[in-house]
Amino acid sequence: MTRVGRWAADHAVLFVAGLVLLYMFLPVSFVVLMSFNDPVSRLSYEFQGFTWDNWRNMCAPAGLCSSLLTSIQIGLAATLGATVLGTLAAFALVRHRFRGRKATSVLIFLPMATPEVVMGSSLLALFAAGGLAGRLGFWSILIAHIMFCLSFVVVTVKARLAGLDSTLEQASMDLYASEWTTFWRVTMPLVFPGIMAAAMLSFSLSFDDFIITNFNHGNTITFPMFVWGAAQRGIPPQVNVVGSLMFLTALLLVLVSTGIGRRKQAA
Amino acid sequence: MTETQTPAAGAQLSLRALTKRFEKFVAVDALDLDVGAGQFFALLGPSGCGKTTTLRMIAGLEEPTSGQILLGGDDIARLKPYKRPVNTVFQNYALFPHLNIFENVAFGLRRRRIGNVKPKVDEMLELVQLGAMATRKPSQLSGGQQQRVALARALINQPRILLLDEPLGALDLKLRRQMQLELKRIQTEVGITFIHVTHDQEEAMTMADTIAVMNNGVVEQLGGPTELYDNPATTFVSNFLGQSNLIRGTVKTAGADVVVDVHGTTAAVPADRARVTSGDVWVGVRPEKVELTAAGQAAGAPGTTQTGTTLAGGVVAEVAFIGVSTQYLVEMPWGQQLTVFVQNNGARDDFRPGDPVDVHWRGEHTFLLDAAQDAHAGEEE
Repeated sequence: MTRVGRWAADHAVLFVAGLVLLYMFLPVSFVVLMSFNDPVSRLSYEFQGFTWDNWRNMCAPAGLCSSLLTSIQIGLAATLGATVLGTLAAFALVRHRFRGRKATSVLIFLPMATPEVVMGSSLLALFAAGGLAGRLGFWSILIAHIMFCLSFVVVTVKARLAGLDSTLEQASMDLYASEWTTFWRVTMPLVFPGIMAAAMLSFSLSFDDFIITNFNHGNTITFPMFVWGAAQRGIPPQVNVVGSLMFLTALLLVLVSTGIGRRKQAA
Repeated sequence: MTETQTPAAGAQLSLRALTKRFEKFVAVDALDLDVGAGQFFALLGPSGCGKTTTLRMIAGLEEPTSGQILLGGDDIARLKPYKRPVNTVFQNYALFPHLNIFENVAFGLRRRRIGNVKPKVDEMLELVQLGAMATRKPSQLSGGQQQRVALARALINQPRILLLDEPLGALDLKLRRQMQLELKRIQTEVGITFIHVTHDQEEAMTMADTIAVMNNGVVEQLGGPTELYDNPATTFVSNFLGQSNLIRGTVKTAGADVVVDVHGTTAAVPADRARVTSGDVWVGVRPEKVELTAAGQAAGAPGTTQTGTTLAGGVVAEVAFIGVSTQYLVEMPWGQQLTVFVQNNGARDDFRPGDPVDVHWRGEHTFLLDAAQDAHAGEEE
């Protein structure tokens, strides 16, 4: 092969990788860019001038910040509920042999495979049948979110648990650790990354959910509901500020976690 | 927890009618076994013979179906693993991946809230020559180093018995030889009773004072390496430890020597080497104990008296040169092929395929086994 040919071959992967990254991050960078936009009218989606105003007055559009707060509250509560329940379920499914274990595994997986529209509408039917039609709101959204996050938590934690060598726990018991100590000293630290990943996944699923929430929200407005409503009249640029903040938070979390990982490697 | 601070001393372990059944399969069948204090004891057998299950029952990781495990007189068979003064070196080491080497070794001490951890761990890491690795993670160590950490993590607790479950199985041959000597050195140094499970007969013979050969959940034979090798009690032991030539014969008379008719030739076997003294028997002789001469020539090994047995009419069928020795397959008139190992020390003639030869052996090098046993039991492991 010629020298030029070899250079091209060596760098072809990098070039393609660059293109893929560009493809993935172009929309995100556009969100960040538009968060600094100073639009002439609410319906214009072109970049017309740079301003800090959107960042300074994030809560200016009526209802934006309250909907954001609602989404964060629901997201955190749903994450907590789904993570605790899902982790317990995953332990039961991986570590214990009981009647109907296989069937439970399949049933827990089912909500993930069900189209959200179907799930949302049937949940609404369920709530209505339960006489809750007039009282839909924060709690009905939370119940729905915990339900669909649960499947993801179980699947994520189960995978981590299945990869955990059970002789490690036997070794711990052999070294004078009781069942309880073994769980907290050996099992938990090793499964924790899986639980953490499941929690983060739950939060972003809950925060992001529109379809199921749309059926069951009553008068409560979550952030996605707000954006949907605003889109009818023109999306305020502050929505892009929220988007940028979400992106930055996620970026920060990833950087911190890889930082910790690297420090642990070095230690 | 003051008793753990006293110098380590091995304990006498006795298994009484220990049985483990998995559904219908009997893994360990009414096992009786005594391991003396301070012994290096090996449980040797092919996979599935019940040796690992036995070990796991002693550790408390498997609950016996019935029977007793007596440690210094106390029955520990129903105790939780963390209540037993017994530690294990696992086959895959089972080091905690989230803890560094120091914390791995300190784990047992910390669980029992024993103070003064650092000097103890440092001393133990010195013993296994890993002092410099204390802050590393297990994944940063080589297989041999991980193996030694696993050993240190168990030994630091000064258990009354140390259990080793095929601890060298994952190492390459050279490292394994080195670790065998290392383990033996450490055992002599700490004086703890070691129970070592292995399927490698050479490993068991190199290290153990006493070997229990297991097969199908029972002990076939128990004894020192030399005794097991020179005077096996069953065809399984004779084939599983090294190789054996088993030749069919019939007992003619039994006295101080048992006289056997072997395909028309008379062979004498000392009575203490005969497991049966009447009827059909296997006459067993190890390949390196057989002498080969050109047909019609007398056996002439230095110091050999002429009281042995000579079987004439053999023909060399195959020759394999392996450096220190040459392996011959000799076809006998009755169709059986005998294996003969000849040291390449220049004192013997070389033979080629087709050469007519006689085979000779001495009575005290043979053993008699019951002909009802399968001559091929325990082969090819």
